[in-house]
Amino acid sequence: MTTQQTRTVKAALGTKLGMTQVWDEAGRLVPVTVVAIGTNVVTQVRTEETDGYAAIQLAHGQIDPRKVTQPLKGHFEKAGVTPRRHLVEVRTSDAGEYSLGQEITVEAFEAGSKVDVVGTTKGKGTAGVMKRHGFGGASASHGAHRNHRKPGSIGGAATPGRVFKGMRMAGRMGNVRQTVQNLTVHAVDAEKGLLLVKGAIPGPKGGVVLVRNAVKGA
Amino acid sequence: MHTLDSVDAASLRSDIPAFRAGDTLKVNVKVVEGQRSRIQAFQGVVIRRQGAGVRETFTIRKISFGVGVERTFPVHSPTLDSIEVVTRGDVRRAKLYYLRSLRGKKAKIKEKRETAPAN
Repeated sequence: MTTQQTRTVKAALGTKLGMTQVWDEAGRLVPVTVVAIGTNVVTQVRTEETDGYAAIQLAHGQIDPRKVTQPLKGHFEKAGVTPRRHLVEVRTSDAGEYSLGQEITVEAFEAGSKVDVVGTTKGKGTAGVMKRHGFGGASASHGAHRNHRKPGSIGGAATPGRVFKGMRMAGRMGNVRQTVQNLTVHAVDAEKGLLLVKGAIPGPKGGVVLVRNAVKGA
Repeated sequence: MHTLDSVDAASLRSDIPAFRAGDTLKVNVKVVEGQRSRIQAFQGVVIRRQGAGVRETFTIRKISFGVGVERTFPVHSPTLDSIEVVTRGDVRRAKLYYLRSLRGKKAKIKEKRETAPAN
């Protein structure tokens, strides 16, 4: 890891409100996800000298003051802001340009730009291989016997005499962090603090997502 | 009241006349050809109106050169220049799919008599 990170990242935490549709100027229907970007505050600035890397820490969301632990309380006090619910660190080379307590709003993004959205997918609980890994299952008829949704063979017998690690099987599905890259920002509503992103993003309505400018692409 | 009603409100059109299945509509569609744009009319019977809010759509059926043609439009689409209600139909269904298997005089919808008291 000798590469010098010189990427400036704009990011903000928000809440997924849901999906709807809008029309663009050409009259084409665009499916959009609405993300409410409340005011984010900078709670910590990490610099090369003190921490070995440059990053900013963002905080967002309301929290009951009684729920804030003493260590966190002190952390927020240091930044001179009221306690927030969610904290996230974003590595960006221009961290030095941010100051403690600085507010970041939806205006950090502009319509037409590309963004990545990070969220936690909906939990599906214990799921079988067809749903979890897209296996084909077995035939519905033609003499299939109680194996309609089973995975089939999971390996050899005496050789290798074991099941290989990483074999895809049934188990907990969802509720994992997922990033959707290169989504287009359709519109920015600075008044209501809304961001309209073209396409779907992970998580349920009301889920917290991180929106940042796209890692890939031009 | 839904969360995104305020977002959808911007897309909703208020100049859409009231109509239902069975009505004959003349839909003036904006067609863009290169730089020019013109209005193309599509006239026929509404056989379906479904959905709610910004994603509501309706389907128009007409017979064109002996071939049935159906076209579905979003009610609030900006590509619709205007909608004119030509006739009100007297039908007892909300979805008139049965028209697809009828032709000629049988596929004709009675016009609604407006004088009937509303009760």
